[in-house]
Amino acid sequence: MKNNKISGAEAVIRCLLEEGVDLVYGYPGGAIMPVYDELYKFKDELHHVLVRHEQGATHAAQGYARATGKVGVAIATSGPGATNLVTGIADAQIDSTPMVCITGQVGKHLLGSDAFQETDIIGISTPVTKWNYQITEASEIPEIIAKAFFIAKSGRPGPVLIDITKNAQFDELEFNYKKCTGIRSYNPKPTLNLEKVKEAADLINSAKKPYIIFGQGIILGQAEAELKILIEKSGIPAAWTILGLSALPTDHPLNVGMLGMHGNYGPNVLTNECDVLIALGMRFDDRVTGNLATYAKQAKVIHFEIDPSEIDKNVKTNVAVLADVKESLQALIPLIESKTHESWHNEFKEKYKIEFETVIKEELTPSKNGGISMGETIEMINKHSNGDAIIVSDVGQHQMFACRYAKFNWTKSNITSGGLGTMGFALPASIGAKMGMPNREVVAIIGDGGFQMTIQELGTIFQTKVPVKIVVLNNEFLGMVRQWQELFFDSRYASTIMTNPNFVAIAEGYHIKSKKITKREELDGAVAEMLASKDSYFLEVMVEKENNVFPMIPTGASVSDIRLK
Amino acid sequence: MENKIFTISVYSENNVGLLNRISGIFLKRHINILSLNVSESEIENVSRFIIVVNTSEKWVKNIVGQIEKQIEVIKAFYHIDEETIFLESAIFKIESSLLFDERQIQNIIKESHSEIVTVSRDFFVISKSGKRSEIEDLYKKLKPFGIMQFVRSGRISVSKEKMEITTLLEELK
Repeated sequence: MKNNKISGAEAVIRCLLEEGVDLVYGYPGGAIMPVYDELYKFKDELHHVLVRHEQGATHAAQGYARATGKVGVAIATSGPGATNLVTGIADAQIDSTPMVCITGQVGKHLLGSDAFQETDIIGISTPVTKWNYQITEASEIPEIIAKAFFIAKSGRPGPVLIDITKNAQFDELEFNYKKCTGIRSYNPKPTLNLEKVKEAADLINSAKKPYIIFGQGIILGQAEAELKILIEKSGIPAAWTILGLSALPTDHPLNVGMLGMHGNYGPNVLTNECDVLIALGMRFDDRVTGNLATYAKQAKVIHFEIDPSEIDKNVKTNVAVLADVKESLQALIPLIESKTHESWHNEFKEKYKIEFETVIKEELTPSKNGGISMGETIEMINKHSNGDAIIVSDVGQHQMFACRYAKFNWTKSNITSGGLGTMGFALPASIGAKMGMPNREVVAIIGDGGFQMTIQELGTIFQTKVPVKIVVLNNEFLGMVRQWQELFFDSRYASTIMTNPNFVAIAEGYHIKSKKITKREELDGAVAEMLASKDSYFLEVMVEKENNVFPMIPTGASVSDIRLK
Repeated sequence: MENKIFTISVYSENNVGLLNRISGIFLKRHINILSLNVSESEIENVSRFIIVVNTSEKWVKNIVGQIEKQIEVIKAFYHIDEETIFLESAIFKIESSLLFDERQIQNIIKESHSEIVTVSRDFFVISKSGKRSEIEDLYKKLKPFGIMQFVRSGRISVSKEKMEITTLLEELK
């Protein structure tokens, strides 16, 4: 009689296929070998990308998730394989990125015995996962993996880690897959209270200086169209957090720019002058608010949010609309009166003029004969990509320049480590973004510091031939820390000077087309050549060494006290 | 905002690892848990945590929100002392000879409404349930005679107001 049972390892693959996964990132090792054996058998249906370090697998999965809106998947072995995932998991947790990580674990009989490559990854990952679970019996696999995907993508998304002991991968089970549609203790979508929508609409309609600030909730909730209708109907200026960036096209007349520490002048200063502040799918991060004691105290605050624990966490709200933002905006829009708020909008324009004259002009078109600026490099990428590229930035000064100056026509196009600020994020994330959206141009913008944190993923790019474009803005400094040392530590450059290797030689070692430029005259041609390349391309731009990112809200200062220089 | 004693009640699934997840929420805010008790609740297969902390109302609200957000938590509430009926239990192990040699001990036991659990040749054990202050009072009185062992449980409490948990679970079913 034929046995209808399959191994736990095969069940893992079948579950992934049931969830529509066709691409996973990972790195094999002892405790996950049964799953890899099945990946080998299923290679036509499920493509596995071998990264060069497990951290790269998580960031690639994040890049994939952020670019596509689907769940990213990363696989690793037990012990060091699992611990190497932690940075990416923490990053996905704080940036609400849907991701499922699968780790191998020593056999059930060895748990807790300090066996070879045993580590308590459930204990380690608990504070940085939306949910995690250790599977010790093969029969648990279908139900738990179904739950993992449901939890990762529903409500406010986040990372889930499933640890599977080796015996559960080998043992057999009767495979029966049922997608998870609900968990009794988990309510991912609060029911919209129309009373609250009405209250919000009344406040908005009676406001003289209403102001919209939006975050990644718009993108995660697929509410870009609703946002656009809302601002166009209401005439309300809208500013974004860096994770909200690209939800609204850069050139939209009511897009007034970036919030927060290195955001635009008007959007920050006018936060303290608006009368109704409408927060959409954002969480009032400290990098956005500056000092909370002096943040928007004059304004009535309306918070549209899916996660109840974010309400009143940092900023006390007058009206909280707890729901999926797409649903709540659809309910709100019909109640909103058509207005233009022209003079209020002009205040943003006035402030922009000030910022343009003191900061932006010099950054984008440097007058002095110094090195290339980061801003003009981004502007050059804008010119040649027409704002159609996905920009994946790392962490530091170049990230702020990228977010401030990159132009976006399409949503899900700005991929960056916002909440955790993970250096080393961009190179592997760009791999995931490009694989998820192969028809889009993907440009990674990285500093010379962060590049060296995950530089080994050049190997993944070489092996998979994924045509990402890599721009390293090299100032031979850990630039953002250097900036703080200059401003707040009397220019004592403690351990921020980088003696760098020959990056082009390294990239060429991986057979990636490369170029290094040092002069302004070379910039236009080099960016054009990079973007015209059908293959991956590495461009190193030597930039002015000690440029600073401005405007800046020093830590602990008010958004009103943003410094222009 | 001034700090106060808050009793947090958490209704949850009975799953491995959830205690770790919940305690981590206090850990990340550097809040010391004053007392913790986990048991079955009035609902079958639903656990109930009683956690006592000293913090501000703003923080306890945030914490309860973050606890409730955990997948396996069904509902979490917080109360101040005036809103709950609460008690702790303690047991004292004392040398048996004292029971006969020190007459006062019998009076202390009687006056404190504590209970003799067992008496053996070498020691006797008394238990006392009540408010922390009552237990501390008894401890102070017994201390001079010598206490062989002392242990006090975490707080257990019920709210005066109804907690809408049973109906919630019915809806979820």
